[in-house]
Amino acid sequence: MTSPVVENPSVMLGVHGLNKVYTGRGEPVEAIADLSFEISAGELVCVVGPSGAGKTTLLRCLAGLLPATAGDVRLAGQAVSDPPTGMAVVFQEYGRSLFPWLTVAQNVELPLREKGLPKARRKELVRETLEAVGLGDATASYPWQLSGGMQQRVAIARAAAYEPQVLLMDEPFAAVDAQTRFDLEDLVRSLWSRLGVTVVFVTHDIDEAIYLGERVLVLSGRPTVLLEDVRVGLGDDRSQLETRATPEFTRLRTHVYELVQAAKRGARSVTDAHLTH
Amino acid sequence: MSRPIRPRAQVPAWVLGAAGILTFLAVLEAVPRSGLVDARFLPPTSQITAALAERLRGGDLWVALGQTLTTWVIGLAISLVAGVVLGVLFGMVPVLRRATASTIEFLRPVPSVALIPVAVLLYGTTMQSTLLLVVYASFWQVLLQVLAGVGDVDPVANDTARSFRFSLMTRVRTLVWPTALPYAVTGLRLAASVALILTVTGELLIGTPGIGRLIGVARESGAVPAMYALVVVAGMLGVAVNLLARAFESRALFWHPSVRGEVAA
Amino acid sequence: MSTPKTPGSAAGGLRTTDRLAAGLLWLVALPTVLVAAWWFGSASSDNYINPPLADVVAAFVPTWFGEPGTPFADSRVAVDIVPSVLRLMAGYAVALVGGIAAGVLIGSSRALRAFVEPVLEFFRAVPPPILVPVLMLFLGIGDTMKVVVIAFGCVWPILLNTVEGVRALDPVLRDTARIYRLGPWARVRKLVLPGASPQIVTGARQALSIGIILMVIGEMFAARDGLGFSIVQFQRSFAIPEMWGGVVVLGLLGLLLSLTFRVASDAILAWYHGYQRAQRGGA
Ligand SMILES: Nc1ncnc2c1ncn2[C@@H]1O[C@H](COP(=O)(O)OP(=O)(O)OP(=O)(O)O)[C@@H](O)[C@H]1O
Ligand SMILES: [Mg+2]
Repeated sequence: MTSPVVENPSVMLGVHGLNKVYTGRGEPVEAIADLSFEISAGELVCVVGPSGAGKTTLLRCLAGLLPATAGDVRLAGQAVSDPPTGMAVVFQEYGRSLFPWLTVAQNVELPLREKGLPKARRKELVRETLEAVGLGDATASYPWQLSGGMQQRVAIARAAAYEPQVLLMDEPFAAVDAQTRFDLEDLVRSLWSRLGVTVVFVTHDIDEAIYLGERVLVLSGRPTVLLEDVRVGLGDDRSQLETRATPEFTRLRTHVYELVQAAKRGARSVTDAHLTH
Repeated sequence: MSRPIRPRAQVPAWVLGAAGILTFLAVLEAVPRSGLVDARFLPPTSQITAALAERLRGGDLWVALGQTLTTWVIGLAISLVAGVVLGVLFGMVPVLRRATASTIEFLRPVPSVALIPVAVLLYGTTMQSTLLLVVYASFWQVLLQVLAGVGDVDPVANDTARSFRFSLMTRVRTLVWPTALPYAVTGLRLAASVALILTVTGELLIGTPGIGRLIGVARESGAVPAMYALVVVAGMLGVAVNLLARAFESRALFWHPSVRGEVAA
Repeated sequence: MSTPKTPGSAAGGLRTTDRLAAGLLWLVALPTVLVAAWWFGSASSDNYINPPLADVVAAFVPTWFGEPGTPFADSRVAVDIVPSVLRLMAGYAVALVGGIAAGVLIGSSRALRAFVEPVLEFFRAVPPPILVPVLMLFLGIGDTMKVVVIAFGCVWPILLNTVEGVRALDPVLRDTARIYRLGPWARVRKLVLPGASPQIVTGARQALSIGIILMVIGEMFAARDGLGFSIVQFQRSFAIPEMWGGVVVLGLLGLLLSLTFRVASDAILAWYHGYQRAQRGGA
């Protein structure tokens, strides 16, 4: 039995001593060495780290899709072993996460149906969220008729329409153009502040992580440990032009950039990182 | 902090598969013995095995096996050659392609067993009777795959080759054949199992020499365990043909980016 | 190309009809030539195997619909063809339902799949027609035997292809279904069945041609009625024009079933064809 962890009741997601070793065919791969952190209800936390650091692995452990090798993941105090209720995930392989035999609207609607929402409410949510991501006129298309960026937005709309308590997103804007990306970033922030949802947002874009997050978790290379939990003091009201131009933004960006570079060189703690700024 | 890395205990697939076969054989032994099914209709495994061993010691099973394989190989070879030649020809000459399309669509679904009476009238109970069925059934498999393969030739490459006035033979050799080859190999795999089915069918129904006829004889003489033993032999033959054909396909196409699925016919 | 390109948009309608006419011409040209060749080639034939096509045609309606005045219920169509087709449909339906259900079950569990796969591969490899003498032991030569033979022969390709399709389901889609907590029934209906449908259709197509073969063979082997029985009777009694008519009927039946199958499968797989085109088209 896991020892009862005394937790602050406001903690939504608690990760304690998480370790993940893949044992498939061939050599075991230790993806995550030892991770501990807590995320409060209603926080928006970004995760950055070098490619192959284990970000997706972490997210899948948080989602209950992947059993941890050691340590535990708790959602509102409950150990996560299977996908919990009230959680939505936008997968890195967004295109493959859409049902190709369902239309865009049906894809968004399916989870709502499973949730038992009445039909009128479902239709309303589908329309609203698809309009919010700029796909109001693609509802009757099939996912494979859309561009990569549009597919990604369908996956986001599906997660948003679900009205989850916890939203996990794995590089959700990787395939959209810069302009749409800014719009979607603001959309995520507004969804977050409107619904009070707890968001974990994985990205490889440092500027995006800082612009979106209240905290940025910087991961080391594999096997992963937490390099630093960076607080982002940029306030609640953010705007693409002004926030990105503030000195605080520039400072954070330099800091996180250096951390990620150090992680790529193999640093496993902030002291290893030899920061110059 | 030391963490034990323990691979999740997974029984290898072949162990499970072997266990499955043994279970199946055990059930086949137990069911007739328990009286659940009449042992005259379904003899227990041990009796079937004994009958099989006896047959294997005798000569006529081996002769029949040879006859079945001969019919199968000849039929398959004829279908392969005819299917490839006609497929490349029809596929490359647009006029022929368009003219033959409807006829192929009409003839392909005609069940080959419809030809049994015709075959009997033409060839009686000789091997040719069964060959007719085998060739008719497996020819389409090859032809359709090769047609699809030739249709898959990059039109730009084809136009380029024509504009350089490559001769027909050069075009076939350098352009059409490499593209169509994976399809032809898939066609061969499909044809191989269809040909075996029709070989045994012909032997059983028409009485041409081979395993199928032995099954018919065993049935008529009431030698039930022997009949099951022969069914097992035919099944093992089918397994061997499937395995060989799949191995050949993946070996012949190992260089190919995607080992193709069959075209929807 | 047969249609010369006429410039100008006014000729649009005309071009369409031209194209249709040309298409029709291509469709019927070779079959017409072949039938004509048969007709004239056999016109003065005295080879008993190859009677004049005119005789075959003349014998056709009386053979299958009876002499004028025969009630339909007594005609060969009603007595032989309809029961044959009904037995085929029954056996095929049993194989479809059973094969898909078992395939979904087996495909969903790695251990179960590994356990049963070798045995299933064996059953798939047994040439289905030799099931006829085996099942005759148990079931005699009645309708039950024929339906069971068809079901038993058709079930393997459906089952094994379903297993393959379920196994090949995209793991990201599986995860998506888990995350959004689709219940078991919704998972089968919205994820597993549509996801495996391309392979299921492939298996069902193979099964249909096996089914037709078994329908005929079951009747040739041991029966008192049915299409296969009639054709063999014609051959044994040297009623050659009637026999050729029977071959044609079987051919038409095969054609009809395969067309029906194609219409149904195109409807089921409309999304898949679009999806494949999109994958191939680029991106
Ligand atoms: N199923 C698996 N089996 C074995 N090793 C795996 C598996 N999935 C991931 N890994 C390994 O675990 C490590 C972390 O992978 P993960 O996908 O979590 O990285 P990531 O941080 O998401 O990378 P990226 O930024 O490129 O998406 C990698 O070294 C990868 O090779
Ligand atoms: Mg990743």
